[in-house]
Amino acid sequence: MQKTHDHKALWLVAPALLLVAFTAVIPLMTVVNYSVQDTFGNNQFFWVGAEWYREILRSDRFHAAFLRQIAFSATILAIEIPLGLAIALSMPKKGLGVSVCLVLMALPLLIPWNVVGTIWQIFARVDIGLLGHTLNGLGIDFNYTQNAGAAWATLIIMDVWHWTSLVVLLCYAGLVAIPPAYYQAARIDGASRWAVFRYIELPKMSRVLLIAVLLRFMDSFMIYTEPFVVTGGGPGNATTFLSVDLVKMAIGQFDLGPAAAMSVIYFLIVILVSWAFYTIMTREDFEPSGGAR
Amino acid sequence: MNASRKKFHAKYFAPTLYIIFLMTPIYWLLTMSLKTNQEILSTFSLWPENLTLANYIVIFTDASWYSGYINSMIYVSMNTVISVLAALPAAYAFSRHRFLGDKHIFFWLLTNRMAPPAVFALPFFQLYSSIGLFDTHIAVALAHTLFNIPLAIWILEGFMSGVPREIDETAYIDGYSFPKFFVKIFMPLIASGIGVAAFFCFMFSWVELLIARTLTSVAAKPIAAVMTRTVSASGLDWGVLAAAGILTILPGALVIWFVRHHIARGFALGRV
Repeated sequence: MQKTHDHKALWLVAPALLLVAFTAVIPLMTVVNYSVQDTFGNNQFFWVGAEWYREILRSDRFHAAFLRQIAFSATILAIEIPLGLAIALSMPKKGLGVSVCLVLMALPLLIPWNVVGTIWQIFARVDIGLLGHTLNGLGIDFNYTQNAGAAWATLIIMDVWHWTSLVVLLCYAGLVAIPPAYYQAARIDGASRWAVFRYIELPKMSRVLLIAVLLRFMDSFMIYTEPFVVTGGGPGNATTFLSVDLVKMAIGQFDLGPAAAMSVIYFLIVILVSWAFYTIMTREDFEPSGGAR
Repeated sequence: MNASRKKFHAKYFAPTLYIIFLMTPIYWLLTMSLKTNQEILSTFSLWPENLTLANYIVIFTDASWYSGYINSMIYVSMNTVISVLAALPAAYAFSRHRFLGDKHIFFWLLTNRMAPPAVFALPFFQLYSSIGLFDTHIAVALAHTLFNIPLAIWILEGFMSGVPREIDETAYIDGYSFPKFFVKIFMPLIASGIGVAAFFCFMFSWVELLIARTLTSVAAKPIAAVMTRTVSASGLDWGVLAAAGILTILPGALVIWFVRHHIARGFALGRV
């Protein structure tokens, strides 16, 4: 759509900008402020420069939490993206089945995150949970409160349960936007199922897949509530991801300086990745065939 | 006949299996909410042997439980109203005009949707304490605008861009002022978009726990926080916990049918 140049339109954006600035910029500046100061209590602060940043970037605790976070995000992306794509491809294309599928599949997305944690905390328990009870009945030693492997498995299955539907819904939205004429042309040419997927469906879905990867990466990268409820970061520190670690440091131990420095580093990583994805996405917007907009 | 039936089964095998996988944990929570604590802990049964509604009665009669739902509903509704009202004019500006720094503002809004809530928990606590809003509904409602205003702007912008400009121009020629045009003509045209945006603001405020829990202690404590306290207490009341969980799933389950065709858009920041 042709847009007109009008700087007065900034006034229309002003209420939203002011509100978001109030909720985002002020707290962020507080964090930056803490990250360069130290305190002995009594609200007396003094300048320490980049001291906390050096401490955090060199600390084994941060490295360990960061590596766990990367491992977690990479694992769930490797499972959820192909799985979501496969399910979207096998979903019915029309009729009542579509609505039923959409509604049932979207249900986990609308459950409060701590309830998702509670559901899986109960479901995977050895004594009263269906999953834990069954696995132990089969002779598999599965106890997520004691065994780090079981804790990881529980969190990963939980995340797959919670979020794969998002990938399915996005891929499905991309699929139904493909004009039927493409498929007819493919049939006339005698294209194989694989060729249809590789040369028609996949290119048409590249944009929604990109959004799916971005959202799943971001949301898994800042996951807090679910591991907090299910494992509390344990056993030991086995499932202490970045957010869990940050909240422990900031609110549990009240180490304001290091926690603030870690927040800033954390936030910068997120912005960097968002920026990279945003650049790719907006570049596609200007291509003639780029997406639905 | 037989072959085509087989084909049907094979085709829907994956989605069916996936839906069973999704429903099993929810089913487990549901059966647990209908069992007595004694049955939960002593026998392992796939369905309740002594069906009871006692767990639900506890929630509806105990103020510390049901006030959690009321608190959540209050701040979630406030947040939805604030987010949609602020996002409407902004989305119109982004969809119709080019102005100073528009692309940068759009990106900046994206970063807020992507900001880890853990980063904001402590500064939010201090900010709202210092202005005397700690433990109020409005504090949580304002804090949640952090990710809901950007989301609402994106969803609305998508819907607004589908309305042809000619409608705006015709209205101005007919002598409508901007506010009158916006409320009388434009808003009815994107009514479904406003509904979808409101639904997702409601949903994302409803599912969030970390910020809501940090900003409240007693007076505005959300149901999610009431539940985590029960988890950490000794001598758990599993049945009541399960019933509380089922009740938090209901709002989403009840309205999801109406937005089923727009779910992907809402979760994809309006970009699908």
